[in-house]
Amino acid sequence: MNWLTDNKIPLGAWMESFVDWLVSAASVFFDFISITLETIIYTLVDAILWAHPLAVIAVILIGVWFLHRNIGLLVFIAASFLLIINMGYWIETIQTLVLVVTATTISVLIGVPIGIAAAHRPWLYTMLRPILDLMQTIPTFVYLIPTLILFGLGYVPGLISTIIFAIAAPIRLTYLGVSKVPSELIEAGLAFGCTKSKLLYKVELPAAMPNIMAGITQCIMLSLSMVVVAALVGADGLGKPVIRALNTVNISQGFEAGVAIVLVAIMLDRICKSPATKNEG
Amino acid sequence: MAVVKIENVDIVFGDNKAKTLPLMDKGHTRDQILGMTGDVVGVQNANIEVNEGEICVLMGLSGSGKSTLLRAVNGLNKIARGRCLVRDGDSMVDMAKCDDTTLRHMRTRRVSMVFQSFALMPWLTVLENVAFGLEMQGMPKAERLKKAREQLKMVSLDKWADKKPDELSGGMRQRVGLARAFAMDTDVLLMDEPFSALDPLIRSQLQDELIELQKRLNKTIIFVSHDLDEALKIGSKIAIMESARIIQEDTPEQIVLNPATDYVERFVAHTNPLNVLCGNSLMTPLAQLAVKDERLSVTDDVWLTLENGKIASVQGPKGEIPTARWTPETILANVPENTVFIVPANIPMRDAVELRYHSNMFMVLEDKEQCIGILNDHNFYHALLGKHFGREEAAA
Repeated sequence: MNWLTDNKIPLGAWMESFVDWLVSAASVFFDFISITLETIIYTLVDAILWAHPLAVIAVILIGVWFLHRNIGLLVFIAASFLLIINMGYWIETIQTLVLVVTATTISVLIGVPIGIAAAHRPWLYTMLRPILDLMQTIPTFVYLIPTLILFGLGYVPGLISTIIFAIAAPIRLTYLGVSKVPSELIEAGLAFGCTKSKLLYKVELPAAMPNIMAGITQCIMLSLSMVVVAALVGADGLGKPVIRALNTVNISQGFEAGVAIVLVAIMLDRICKSPATKNEG
Repeated sequence: MAVVKIENVDIVFGDNKAKTLPLMDKGHTRDQILGMTGDVVGVQNANIEVNEGEICVLMGLSGSGKSTLLRAVNGLNKIARGRCLVRDGDSMVDMAKCDDTTLRHMRTRRVSMVFQSFALMPWLTVLENVAFGLEMQGMPKAERLKKAREQLKMVSLDKWADKKPDELSGGMRQRVGLARAFAMDTDVLLMDEPFSALDPLIRSQLQDELIELQKRLNKTIIFVSHDLDEALKIGSKIAIMESARIIQEDTPEQIVLNPATDYVERFVAHTNPLNVLCGNSLMTPLAQLAVKDERLSVTDDVWLTLENGKIASVQGPKGEIPTARWTPETILANVPENTVFIVPANIPMRDAVELRYHSNMFMVLEDKEQCIGILNDHNFYHALLGKHFGREEAAA
């Protein structure tokens, strides 16, 4: 036994030197990503906060109305936002929403094409699967450290960690959707003369759309669940008051911030989910 | 004029074609080859020629390779050996060897397909589904929707244009599938068990509709079916397949009269001969009737008299029996009972049985104004019991 513990494999040291090497070799690259993403997020947050909260809520309500045409949902969203403003978390809510939406957009932009590529090439998915498993199971705090070193404090390490955690959902579900397209639909597409790209856009993607939408919804929820973790590395948003409440054992602040997060989660879920289920029906 | 020509086609599924093809040539069976190389022989040495306006039915049980062969005609299945030629204007294109552009041209302009499971896109409306192939032809949107609407009218579904496929019944969905295929204006139509998933009444109705449409449009149709009754009803030619081979190719009547093997015979034994057989394949020829005093004996006390090969009179125990000439337009109610009908030699068996039921008498068959034989109860029972197979008689 002693021999085992004495001859330690320096796994952690290897990782550390790898990260050090990344920092020294590619710091320009990481700085570029960091600055770009930070600019995007700050611009969005500032733009939304510049407008009157009620105006922002009105715009959201109009958008939701066109998506769902459901009065009950509108009432719920309006009431939720008013409660959030009443609790004093408007700014944090907008910061969180922007973070979630940015993380989801990037995850979908990267994840959906990877999912499609994997569905068409079984070997690629065999390679991807352990990586996806790793990304979802490794405790988020573990990769928070290297992202912190690579991207500095603030929104960006939170955003990157969120993407690493959430991107598996759109990849997996896009893969599932595209590879489960009924073979007779593929045959019909080919028999009527589809080219490869027509087959993708006119048959495979529409057929996989319910799954892809489910992947996007899941991605949003996973991103939201990272809000508190992102706050640890300095991302603004609803996570910050939770951390602060934890540090000061402040039950009332923790509860209110928690309620705000739950309300945002329910709103996002309701807004995203319905179109997907409608497609299935 | 041949529109589709399948020449010595072998189709193999698997990665060891180089080993499998020689084994096939040496006469190993499908199961042996599966054991030796792991490849599945889909079709072995198939030869068919389908002419313009013909409905060729590929018939066989599941796994016999009929759908596999059908899918070779539009290149969905790759051919290991042989040629699959489809007419494109004045030339024949080999679907197995042509490039992608030609293949797409053939699929959008020359060959369209109807699927067993309908294969409609669930996210498109009925109208958009019918227009799907037209979109692939590159037709502008307004034009293709207009044309799709016309096609829907043809299958009387124009009121359902804006519904989604899952709001339709199975029969309606397959009519959409038919409209989608017909909209392409292709000469060749491939139909892969299109009516098998439907209940019997709807199936028979759609078969009738297809026969009607075919009369107007005169397409070249290759139709896959596992149902011999269906094959006999709609086919002008039937190719029967068993474990990857075509074992008999013939007209419907010849299949029923002369099954080539036990396998075909077992199929035929379960079909209803009423719709297939004609009078002249059932009849007792004149030559087999006993002659006495220059009269032909039908039974002990019924006699025929001929003059110059034409029927002159029929005598029964109580004197002369009246005769009447039958054509498909004859209204039976206007003819008294106990009349001997004189019928054309190619009278369908169903009509002949109907006549027998009405008249209570045997029938006399005529061909080119010459009396050639008679049809009596014995002939009908013989056919209904499946005792008319050429092979069985030869064996007995």
